[in-house]
Amino acid sequence: MIARVVAGLVVVSVAGATAGPSHLPPPAGTISGKVTYTGTPPKMRPIDMAKEPACVTDHPTPVMTQDVVTGSANSVRYVVVYISGGDQGAPAATDTVRYDQKGCLYIPHVAVMQVHQPLEIFNDDPHSHNIHPLARVNPEWNKSQPKGAPPIRTAWDQPEFIPVKCNVHPWMHGYFAVLATSHFSMTDSTGEFSITGLPPGTYTVTAWHERFGTKSQEVTVAGSETKTANFVLTARPY
Amino acid sequence: MGRLFAVVVTLIALASATIFALHIWWLPPDISTHGARIDRQLNETMVVAGVLFVLGQLALAFFVWRFSTREGGPPRPSRAFPGGPTPLVVLATVLVGVEILVLTFVGSKVWADVYQTPPAPGALQIEVVGEQFAFYFRYAGADGKFGAMHPELMNDATQNFFGLDPANDTTARDDIVVGSLVIPVNQPVVLRLHAKDVNHSFYVPELRIQQDFVPGMVIPLHFTATKPGKYELVCTQLCGLGHYNMRAYVEVKTRPEFDQWLKERAAEL
Repeated sequence: MIARVVAGLVVVSVAGATAGPSHLPPPAGTISGKVTYTGTPPKMRPIDMAKEPACVTDHPTPVMTQDVVTGSANSVRYVVVYISGGDQGAPAATDTVRYDQKGCLYIPHVAVMQVHQPLEIFNDDPHSHNIHPLARVNPEWNKSQPKGAPPIRTAWDQPEFIPVKCNVHPWMHGYFAVLATSHFSMTDSTGEFSITGLPPGTYTVTAWHERFGTKSQEVTVAGSETKTANFVLTARPY
Repeated sequence: MGRLFAVVVTLIALASATIFALHIWWLPPDISTHGARIDRQLNETMVVAGVLFVLGQLALAFFVWRFSTREGGPPRPSRAFPGGPTPLVVLATVLVGVEILVLTFVGSKVWADVYQTPPAPGALQIEVVGEQFAFYFRYAGADGKFGAMHPELMNDATQNFFGLDPANDTTARDDIVVGSLVIPVNQPVVLRLHAKDVNHSFYVPELRIQQDFVPGMVIPLHFTATKPGKYELVCTQLCGLGHYNMRAYVEVKTRPEFDQWLKERAAEL
């Protein structure tokens, strides 16, 4: 009798959890890890900004190119890690992504956003810029922003990794990583990333880097656990 | 009103001529071995054109003053030029034509002496790319050889402004690419100008050099700078939205300073 009651309680309890009473948050797992490289990465070089004296003044020590930024233990920065398969959908992000043109650099070097997510582009420099996202899937455009001009407000409709250049300062280079998923992360200076809020499921996780290409792996997340997924990208010196 | 116009024309003509004659707003001092010839030719052109300009404006002012009709006054009798206007027009056309022809022939010789002579043996070779909206310069590096240019590999994002292929072309690996033209003083220099996209122009007033970049052409240009310093290089062909900002600097250094600079750039590779 006691066993039946206990079994009944367990069944009720499990059924309740499955039905998902509204006051309980759904289980959310995390995928985190580190991105490193193998091989010899290209050497980054100082950017010569001599033609724009204000930007030279902004950088007492020359800025290095940012397409490959590595750290200790072969870590790689600016790698976009995102769910490319198995995404169960999520509300579109409504917070605005900020992208700055400052000191003749794009900050951040890579801006990650969701399709339709608001994007604001600022010119913080005392001179003009002409930002030119080299989109192929989305419409390509370029817009001038003189000193003190209001921010450009826009959004992208299709997922795409879009190289960004300035038509006035050829060394300025960045990326818009426009993703279909809301589950993404970008590696920091230690090469680490963390994708949170994942419902239980099996996912394809992809790491993208502008010079080292992409790598993917399958990861299954159950409950609120944190799974580790490390990536090793292949670097070439040229 | 006619007489006021005559006075204003005279004043404008004399003021303009004075500005040029006294070399107010003149070119900066010449720092090249060939510049003296250019300056002499420019002076001669300005004198010839200036004299004709002043004479023409004074003649205009004289006739306006002499034959203008006062408002409300009696009409002045008009007088025809002897023989009618045709001989005057022909004479003026011939005079101006001869002037332009003489200037062209004399000027062409000076131009050809600068632009169509071979560079001195042992001149420093530097490749130049003009693109919207910047100049880039390439030095051959330790091996003394330039890597081949592959336009399809040109990529501003990776700073590959010359389309080099260092993965497969070992001569390209030590090529030094910079955004300023750095040259040693008193050293003949040969530039080879490449346009990546549209026409641009290489203009350094102090060097008395102005030469277009033309897509599809490699245009050689040689000169010798005689005074250390930093000079502005500007594009003088309207090349697009950012043309106003297409510039670079020419840094003329002493030989030891130049060698040191080159060594530091090589160490960055």
